[in-house]
Amino acid sequence: MLNKLLFAALLACSLQAQAKESAADNYKTYCVQCHGMEGNGKGINIRDMSVNPRDHTDAKAMSGRSDETLFKAIKEGGSAISKSVLMPPWEGALSDEEIKDLVQHLRILCTCKFGT
Amino acid sequence: MMQRIIFSSLLFVSTTAFAADGILQKDCAACHNLTGPAAQTLKEAWAKKGPGLFYAGNKYRQEWLVSWLQKPQRIRPAGMYYGDHIKPGPKGDEIDTSTLKDHVVLTKADAATVAAELMKLKPHDDLIAKEKIEPGAISKDEGEKVFDKFWGCMACHLIEPGYGGFSGPELYTAAQRLQPEFMASFIRNPQAWEPKTWMPNKEVSNGNLQKMVHYFEVLSKETANAQ
Ligand code: HEC
Ligand code: HEC
Repeated sequence: MLNKLLFAALLACSLQAQAKESAADNYKTYCVQCHGMEGNGKGINIRDMSVNPRDHTDAKAMSGRSDETLFKAIKEGGSAISKSVLMPPWEGALSDEEIKDLVQHLRILCTCKFGT
Repeated sequence: MMQRIIFSSLLFVSTTAFAADGILQKDCAACHNLTGPAAQTLKEAWAKKGPGLFYAGNKYRQEWLVSWLQKPQRIRPAGMYYGDHIKPGPKGDEIDTSTLKDHVVLTKADAATVAAELMKLKPHDDLIAKEKIEPGAISKDEGEKVFDKFWGCMACHLIEPGYGGFSGPELYTAAQRLQPEFMASFIRNPQAWEPKTWMPNKEVSNGNLQKMVHYFEVLSKETANAQ
Protein backbone atom coordinates (compact mmCIF):
# COMPACT_ATOMS: atom_id res chain seq x y z
CA MET A 1 0.00 0.00 0.00
CA LEU A 2 2.68 2.42 1.10
CA ASN A 3 4.75 1.33 -1.86
CA LYS A 4 1.91 2.04 -4.19
CA LEU A 5 1.42 5.48 -2.73
CA LEU A 6 5.11 6.24 -3.04
CA PHE A 7 5.09 5.06 -6.60
CA ALA A 8 2.11 7.25 -7.43
CA ALA A 9 3.78 10.24 -5.78
CA LEU A 10 7.01 9.64 -7.70
CA LEU A 11 5.09 9.30 -10.93
CA ALA A 12 3.24 12.52 -10.24
CA CYS A 13 6.54 14.33 -9.61
CA SER A 14 8.20 13.07 -12.77
CA LEU A 15 5.15 13.83 -14.87
CA GLN A 16 5.06 17.30 -13.44
CA ALA A 17 8.76 17.83 -14.22
CA GLN A 18 8.10 16.89 -17.82
CA ALA A 19 4.98 18.99 -18.26
CA LYS A 20 5.34 21.05 -21.40
CA GLU A 21 5.63 24.83 -21.01
CA SER A 22 4.19 27.20 -23.61
CA ALA A 23 6.54 28.73 -26.18
CA ALA A 24 5.69 32.24 -24.95
CA ASP A 25 6.65 31.30 -21.38
CA ASN A 26 9.85 29.56 -22.48
CA TYR A 27 10.79 32.57 -24.62
CA LYS A 28 10.18 34.90 -21.67
CA THR A 29 12.38 32.80 -19.42
CA TYR A 30 15.27 31.61 -21.55
CA CYS A 31 15.47 33.94 -24.57
CA VAL A 32 14.53 37.42 -23.34
CA GLN A 33 17.68 37.70 -21.18
CA CYS A 34 19.66 38.18 -24.43
CA HIS A 35 17.13 38.67 -27.25
CA GLY A 36 15.14 41.25 -25.29
CA MET A 37 11.60 41.85 -24.13
CA GLU A 38 10.65 42.76 -27.68
CA GLY A 39 12.70 40.06 -29.36
CA ASN A 40 14.79 42.75 -31.06
CA GLY A 41 18.15 41.36 -29.93
CA LYS A 42 18.56 43.98 -27.18
CA GLY A 43 18.31 42.05 -23.92
CA ILE A 44 19.87 43.12 -20.60
CA ASN A 45 22.89 40.89 -21.18
CA ILE A 46 24.25 42.35 -24.42
CA ARG A 47 26.41 45.24 -23.22
CA ASP A 48 29.75 43.44 -23.36
CA MET A 49 29.01 40.81 -26.00
CA SER A 50 31.40 40.48 -28.94
CA VAL A 51 28.52 39.37 -31.21
CA ASN A 52 25.02 40.79 -30.84
CA PRO A 53 22.11 38.39 -30.44
CA ARG A 54 19.89 37.88 -33.47
CA ASP A 55 17.04 40.37 -33.85
CA HIS A 56 14.04 38.01 -34.04
CA THR A 57 11.86 40.74 -35.51
CA ASP A 58 14.19 41.11 -38.52
CA ALA A 59 12.11 39.39 -41.21
CA LYS A 60 14.87 39.55 -43.81
CA ALA A 61 17.49 37.78 -41.70
CA MET A 62 15.05 35.34 -40.13
CA SER A 63 13.58 34.26 -43.45
CA GLY A 64 17.08 33.23 -44.46
CA ARG A 65 17.01 30.47 -41.81
CA SER A 66 15.11 27.22 -42.25
CA ASP A 67 13.05 25.79 -39.40
CA GLU A 68 15.62 22.97 -39.15
CA THR A 69 18.47 25.47 -38.74
CA LEU A 70 16.56 27.38 -36.06
CA PHE A 71 15.77 24.12 -34.27
CA LYS A 72 19.43 23.10 -34.33
CA ALA A 73 20.61 26.51 -33.10
CA ILE A 74 18.24 26.41 -30.12
CA LYS A 75 18.91 22.79 -29.27
CA GLU A 76 22.66 22.58 -29.82
CA GLY A 77 23.73 26.21 -29.59
CA GLY A 78 25.28 28.77 -31.94
CA SER A 79 28.43 26.78 -32.58
CA ALA A 80 26.35 23.93 -34.10
CA ILE A 81 25.42 26.27 -36.98
CA SER A 82 28.85 27.98 -37.11
CA LYS A 83 27.66 30.97 -35.10
CA SER A 84 28.71 32.40 -31.72
CA VAL A 85 29.16 30.29 -28.55
CA LEU A 86 27.28 33.09 -26.80
CA MET A 87 24.10 31.41 -28.06
CA PRO A 88 23.86 28.45 -25.65
CA PRO A 89 22.56 24.95 -26.32
CA TRP A 90 19.18 24.60 -24.62
CA GLU A 91 18.62 20.86 -24.86
CA GLY A 92 19.30 20.45 -21.14
CA ALA A 93 16.37 22.77 -20.37
CA LEU A 94 13.88 22.23 -23.21
CA SER A 95 12.32 19.14 -24.79
CA ASP A 96 12.37 18.68 -28.57
CA GLU A 97 8.68 19.45 -28.63
CA GLU A 98 9.19 22.71 -26.74
CA ILE A 99 11.98 23.68 -29.15
CA LYS A 100 9.69 23.00 -32.12
CA ASP A 101 7.08 25.27 -30.54
CA LEU A 102 9.75 27.96 -30.06
CA VAL A 103 10.65 27.80 -33.76
CA GLN A 104 6.98 28.51 -34.54
CA HIS A 105 7.05 31.32 -31.96
CA LEU A 106 10.01 32.87 -33.80
CA ARG A 107 8.02 32.77 -37.05
CA ILE A 108 5.33 34.81 -35.31
CA LEU A 109 7.88 37.34 -34.00
CA CYS A 110 9.43 37.87 -37.44
CA THR A 111 6.12 37.50 -39.29
CA CYS A 112 8.11 35.57 -41.82
CA LYS A 113 8.69 32.10 -43.26
CA PHE A 114 11.81 30.44 -44.62
CA GLY A 115 12.62 31.74 -48.06
CA THR A 116 10.04 34.51 -48.18
CA MET B 1 26.64 16.51 38.79
CA MET B 2 27.99 15.15 35.50
CA GLN B 3 24.47 14.29 34.52
CA ARG B 4 23.33 17.77 35.24
CA ILE B 5 26.03 19.24 33.04
CA ILE B 6 25.07 16.90 30.23
CA PHE B 7 21.44 17.75 30.71
CA SER B 8 21.99 21.49 30.74
CA SER B 9 24.30 21.36 27.72
CA LEU B 10 21.73 19.32 25.86
CA LEU B 11 19.14 21.86 26.78
CA PHE B 12 21.44 24.62 25.55
CA VAL B 13 22.05 22.88 22.23
CA SER B 14 18.39 22.29 21.67
CA THR B 15 17.33 25.81 22.54
CA THR B 16 19.90 27.39 20.19
CA ALA B 17 18.83 25.01 17.43
CA PHE B 18 15.28 25.96 18.20
CA ALA B 19 16.14 29.66 18.10
CA ALA B 20 17.72 29.30 14.66
CA ASP B 21 14.81 27.30 13.39
CA GLY B 22 12.57 29.98 14.86
CA ILE B 23 14.37 32.77 12.98
CA LEU B 24 14.44 30.78 9.74
CA GLN B 25 10.75 29.96 9.90
CA LYS B 26 9.67 33.35 11.13
CA ASP B 27 11.91 35.73 9.16
CA CYS B 28 13.17 33.82 6.15
CA ALA B 29 10.66 31.19 5.00
CA ALA B 30 8.42 33.77 3.32
CA CYS B 31 11.09 34.33 0.66
CA HIS B 32 13.35 31.27 0.85
CA ASN B 33 12.40 27.65 0.20
CA LEU B 34 13.81 25.81 3.24
CA THR B 35 12.38 22.35 2.60
CA GLY B 36 12.56 21.65 -1.14
CA PRO B 37 11.82 20.49 -3.73
CA ALA B 38 13.08 23.09 -6.25
CA ALA B 39 10.64 24.84 -8.60
CA GLN B 40 9.25 22.33 -11.12
CA THR B 41 7.39 24.76 -13.40
CA LEU B 42 8.26 28.15 -14.87
CA LYS B 43 5.46 29.78 -12.88
CA GLU B 44 7.02 28.46 -9.67
CA ALA B 45 10.48 29.55 -10.80
CA TRP B 46 9.31 33.11 -11.56
CA ALA B 47 7.53 33.30 -8.20
CA LYS B 48 10.69 32.67 -6.18
CA LYS B 49 11.29 35.61 -3.85
CA GLY B 50 14.80 34.48 -2.93
CA PRO B 51 17.18 31.65 -3.78
CA GLY B 52 16.23 28.22 -2.42
CA LEU B 53 18.14 27.57 0.81
CA PHE B 54 17.10 23.94 1.29
CA TYR B 55 20.48 22.72 -0.03
CA ALA B 56 22.45 25.49 1.70
CA GLY B 57 24.80 22.97 3.36
CA ASN B 58 25.80 21.62 -0.06
CA LYS B 59 26.30 25.08 -1.52
CA TYR B 60 27.67 27.82 0.70
CA ARG B 61 30.80 28.43 2.72
CA GLN B 62 29.71 28.86 6.30
CA GLU B 63 32.03 31.79 7.09
CA TRP B 64 30.66 33.65 4.07
CA LEU B 65 27.07 33.09 5.24
CA VAL B 66 27.93 34.50 8.67
CA SER B 67 29.47 37.65 7.26
CA TRP B 68 27.01 38.24 4.38
CA LEU B 69 23.98 37.93 6.64
CA GLN B 70 25.36 40.78 8.74
CA LYS B 71 26.24 42.90 5.73
CA PRO B 72 24.26 41.69 2.72
CA GLN B 73 25.28 43.03 -0.68
CA ARG B 74 23.56 42.42 -4.00
CA ILE B 75 24.63 39.24 -5.82
CA ARG B 76 22.08 39.06 -8.67
CA PRO B 77 22.23 42.41 -10.51
CA ALA B 78 18.76 41.90 -12.02
CA GLY B 79 17.11 40.24 -9.02
CA MET B 80 15.69 36.74 -8.76
CA TYR B 81 13.67 36.49 -11.97
CA TYR B 82 15.20 39.19 -14.17
CA GLY B 83 11.90 39.41 -16.09
CA ASP B 84 10.35 41.23 -13.10
CA HIS B 85 13.12 43.83 -12.97
CA ILE B 86 13.67 44.99 -16.54
CA LYS B 87 12.23 47.77 -18.66
CA PRO B 88 12.75 48.89 -22.24
CA GLY B 89 15.32 51.69 -22.67
CA PRO B 90 16.72 53.71 -25.58
CA LYS B 91 19.58 51.26 -26.22
CA GLY B 92 17.67 48.14 -25.27
CA ASP B 93 16.41 46.52 -22.09
CA GLU B 94 17.60 48.00 -18.80
CA ILE B 95 17.51 46.85 -15.21
CA ASP B 96 14.91 48.75 -13.23
CA THR B 97 16.88 49.09 -10.00
CA SER B 98 13.96 50.81 -8.27
CA THR B 99 12.28 47.39 -8.09
CA LEU B 100 15.20 45.74 -6.24
CA LYS B 101 15.03 45.63 -2.46
CA ASP B 102 17.70 45.52 0.23
CA HIS B 103 18.09 42.31 2.21
CA VAL B 104 17.26 41.92 5.91
CA VAL B 105 20.29 42.29 8.18
CA LEU B 106 21.04 39.92 11.06
CA THR B 107 23.03 40.53 14.24
CA LYS B 108 26.34 38.73 14.59
CA ALA B 109 24.87 36.18 17.00
CA ASP B 110 21.80 35.48 14.87
CA ALA B 111 23.91 35.23 11.71
CA ALA B 112 26.13 32.61 13.33
CA THR B 113 23.20 30.55 14.62
CA VAL B 114 21.28 30.72 11.35
CA ALA B 115 24.39 29.88 9.28
CA ALA B 116 25.09 26.82 11.45
CA GLU B 117 21.50 25.68 11.01
CA LEU B 118 21.56 26.26 7.24
CA MET B 119 24.76 24.24 6.88
CA LYS B 120 22.87 21.17 8.12
CA LEU B 121 20.64 21.21 5.03
CA LYS B 122 22.35 18.76 2.67
CA PRO B 123 19.88 16.87 0.49
CA HIS B 124 22.31 16.74 -2.45
CA ASP B 125 25.36 15.00 -0.99
CA ASP B 126 24.99 12.60 -3.94
CA LEU B 127 25.63 15.33 -6.53
CA ILE B 128 28.50 16.80 -4.50
CA ALA B 129 30.16 13.38 -4.10
CA LYS B 130 30.51 13.14 -7.89
CA GLU B 131 32.85 16.14 -7.99
CA LYS B 132 36.53 16.15 -7.19
CA ILE B 133 38.43 19.40 -7.46
CA GLU B 134 42.15 18.87 -8.01
CA PRO B 135 44.43 21.53 -6.61
CA GLY B 136 45.70 23.67 -9.44
CA ALA B 137 46.41 27.15 -10.67
CA ILE B 138 45.38 29.15 -13.68
CA SER B 139 46.32 32.64 -14.78
CA LYS B 140 43.58 35.21 -14.95
CA ASP B 141 44.07 35.56 -18.70
CA GLU B 142 43.77 31.86 -19.37
CA GLY B 143 40.74 31.60 -17.09
CA GLU B 144 39.10 34.45 -18.92
CA LYS B 145 39.77 32.76 -22.25
CA VAL B 146 38.06 29.57 -21.07
CA PHE B 147 35.16 31.41 -19.44
CA ASP B 148 34.51 34.06 -22.11
CA LYS B 149 35.78 32.75 -25.42
CA PHE B 150 35.41 28.95 -25.27
CA TRP B 151 32.18 28.74 -23.33
CA GLY B 152 30.53 32.15 -23.59
CA CYS B 153 29.70 32.25 -19.87
CA MET B 154 30.17 36.03 -19.68
CA ALA B 155 26.86 36.41 -21.52
CA CYS B 156 25.01 36.19 -18.21
CA HIS B 157 27.61 36.64 -15.47
CA LEU B 158 29.74 39.56 -14.28
CA ILE B 159 33.40 38.54 -13.87
CA GLU B 160 34.20 41.97 -12.49
CA PRO B 161 31.83 44.71 -11.35
CA GLY B 162 31.99 46.39 -14.77
CA TYR B 163 32.17 43.44 -17.19
CA GLY B 164 29.76 40.73 -18.28
CA GLY B 165 26.05 39.95 -18.30
CA PHE B 166 23.32 40.51 -15.71
CA SER B 167 20.79 37.70 -15.68
CA GLY B 168 22.89 35.39 -13.48
CA PRO B 169 24.65 35.91 -10.13
CA GLU B 170 27.95 37.87 -10.17
CA LEU B 171 30.84 35.40 -10.26
CA TYR B 172 33.79 37.49 -9.09
CA THR B 173 32.68 36.62 -5.56
CA ALA B 174 31.66 33.02 -6.36
CA ALA B 175 34.59 31.30 -4.65
CA GLN B 176 34.11 33.39 -1.50
CA ARG B 177 30.47 32.36 -1.36
CA LEU B 178 30.36 28.82 -2.72
CA GLN B 179 31.94 25.43 -2.11
CA PRO B 180 34.18 24.37 -5.03
CA GLU B 181 32.34 21.08 -5.56
CA PHE B 182 29.03 22.94 -5.75
CA MET B 183 30.35 25.26 -8.44
CA ALA B 184 31.57 22.29 -10.49
CA SER B 185 28.33 20.38 -10.02
CA PHE B 186 26.12 23.34 -10.88
CA ILE B 187 28.09 24.10 -14.07
CA ARG B 188 28.06 20.40 -15.04
CA ASN B 189 24.28 20.20 -14.75
CA PRO B 190 22.37 23.29 -13.54
CA GLN B 191 19.02 21.53 -14.07
CA ALA B 192 19.98 18.79 -11.58
CA TRP B 193 19.85 21.51 -8.91
CA GLU B 194 17.21 23.83 -10.35
CA PRO B 195 15.15 22.14 -13.11
CA LYS B 196 13.75 25.46 -14.38
CA THR B 197 16.85 27.67 -14.10
CA TRP B 198 17.75 29.85 -17.11
CA MET B 199 21.37 28.82 -16.94
CA PRO B 200 22.03 26.41 -19.83
CA ASN B 201 23.87 23.11 -19.54
CA LYS B 202 26.84 23.74 -21.83
CA GLU B 203 28.26 20.22 -21.33
CA VAL B 204 31.53 21.63 -20.04
CA SER B 205 34.31 19.01 -20.12
CA ASN B 206 35.90 17.80 -16.89
CA GLY B 207 39.20 19.53 -17.55
CA ASN B 208 37.48 22.82 -18.21
CA LEU B 209 35.31 22.46 -15.09
CA GLN B 210 38.51 22.30 -13.04
CA LYS B 211 39.82 25.37 -14.84
CA MET B 212 36.60 27.30 -14.19
CA VAL B 213 36.73 26.58 -10.46
CA HIS B 214 40.39 27.62 -10.27
CA TYR B 215 39.56 30.75 -12.21
CA PHE B 216 36.79 31.68 -9.74
CA GLU B 217 39.34 31.27 -6.96
CA VAL B 218 41.69 33.70 -8.72
CA LEU B 219 38.86 36.20 -9.24
CA SER B 220 37.70 36.00 -5.63
CA LYS B 221 41.19 36.55 -4.26
CA GLU B 222 41.48 39.64 -6.41
CA THR B 223 38.06 40.86 -5.26
CA ALA B 224 38.99 40.26 -1.62
CA ASN B 225 42.24 42.17 -2.05
CA ALA B 226 40.44 45.09 -3.63
CA GLN B 227 37.91 45.27 -0.79
C1 HEC C 1 11.71 39.72 1.35
C2 HEC C 1 12.31 38.47 0.94
C3 HEC C 1 13.48 37.91 1.75
C4 HEC C 1 13.53 37.64 3.09
C5 HEC C 1 12.46 37.88 4.15
C6 HEC C 1 14.82 37.03 3.33
N1 HEC C 1 15.52 36.96 2.17
FE1 HEC C 1 17.35 36.14 1.93
N2 HEC C 1 17.36 36.72 -0.02
C7 HEC C 1 16.32 37.33 -0.68
C8 HEC C 1 16.74 37.65 -2.03
C9 HEC C 1 15.92 38.34 -3.10
C10 HEC C 1 18.08 37.22 -2.15
C11 HEC C 1 19.01 37.37 -3.35
C12 HEC C 1 19.84 38.59 -3.13
C13 HEC C 1 20.78 38.90 -4.26
O1 HEC C 1 20.97 38.08 -5.16
O2 HEC C 1 21.34 39.99 -4.28
C14 HEC C 1 18.43 36.63 -0.87
C15 HEC C 1 19.66 36.06 -0.60
C16 HEC C 1 19.97 35.38 0.57
C17 HEC C 1 21.19 34.66 0.79
C18 HEC C 1 22.32 34.53 -0.22
C19 HEC C 1 22.05 33.32 -1.02
C20 HEC C 1 22.52 33.35 -2.43
O3 HEC C 1 22.68 32.28 -3.02
O4 HEC C 1 22.70 34.43 -2.99
C21 HEC C 1 21.11 34.12 2.03
C22 HEC C 1 22.15 33.26 2.71
C23 HEC C 1 19.86 34.54 2.61
N3 HEC C 1 19.19 35.31 1.68
C24 HEC C 1 19.42 34.20 3.86
C25 HEC C 1 18.28 34.73 4.46
C26 HEC C 1 17.91 34.51 5.84
C27 HEC C 1 18.70 33.68 6.82
C28 HEC C 1 16.75 35.19 6.03
C29 HEC C 1 15.96 35.31 7.33
C30 HEC C 1 16.65 35.95 8.40
C31 HEC C 1 16.38 35.82 4.78
N4 HEC C 1 17.34 35.52 3.86
C32 HEC C 1 15.24 36.58 4.58
C33 HEC C 1 15.09 37.60 -0.17
C34 HEC C 1 14.74 37.49 1.17
C1 HEC D 1 22.03 32.25 -20.30
C2 HEC D 1 22.58 32.72 -19.05
C3 HEC D 1 23.71 31.93 -18.42
C4 HEC D 1 24.84 31.42 -19.03
C5 HEC D 1 25.23 31.47 -20.49
C6 HEC D 1 25.62 30.84 -17.96
N1 HEC D 1 24.99 30.99 -16.76
FE1 HEC D 1 25.73 30.42 -14.95
N2 HEC D 1 23.99 30.99 -14.07
C7 HEC D 1 22.94 31.62 -14.71
C8 HEC D 1 21.87 31.80 -13.76
C9 HEC D 1 20.52 32.43 -14.06
C10 HEC D 1 22.31 31.26 -12.53
C11 HEC D 1 21.52 31.17 -11.21
C12 HEC D 1 20.88 29.83 -11.22
C13 HEC D 1 19.95 29.53 -10.09
O1 HEC D 1 20.37 29.56 -8.93
O2 HEC D 1 18.79 29.22 -10.38
C14 HEC D 1 23.66 30.77 -12.76
C15 HEC D 1 24.47 30.20 -11.78
C16 HEC D 1 25.80 29.89 -11.94
C17 HEC D 1 26.69 29.48 -10.88
C18 HEC D 1 26.31 29.39 -9.41
C19 HEC D 1 26.39 30.78 -8.86
C20 HEC D 1 25.59 31.06 -7.62
O3 HEC D 1 25.85 32.10 -6.99
O4 HEC D 1 24.69 30.28 -7.28
C21 HEC D 1 27.92 29.27 -11.45
C22 HEC D 1 29.21 28.86 -10.72
C23 HEC D 1 27.80 29.50 -12.87
N3 HEC D 1 26.48 29.90 -13.13
C24 HEC D 1 28.81 29.37 -13.80
C25 HEC D 1 28.61 29.46 -15.17
C26 HEC D 1 29.58 29.02 -16.16
C27 HEC D 1 30.95 28.48 -15.86
C28 HEC D 1 29.00 29.22 -17.38
C29 HEC D 1 29.56 28.87 -18.75
C30 HEC D 1 29.80 27.45 -18.97
C31 HEC D 1 27.69 29.80 -17.16
N4 HEC D 1 27.48 29.91 -15.82
C32 HEC D 1 26.84 30.20 -18.17
C33 HEC D 1 22.89 32.00 -16.04
C34 HEC D 1 23.82 31.65 -17.00
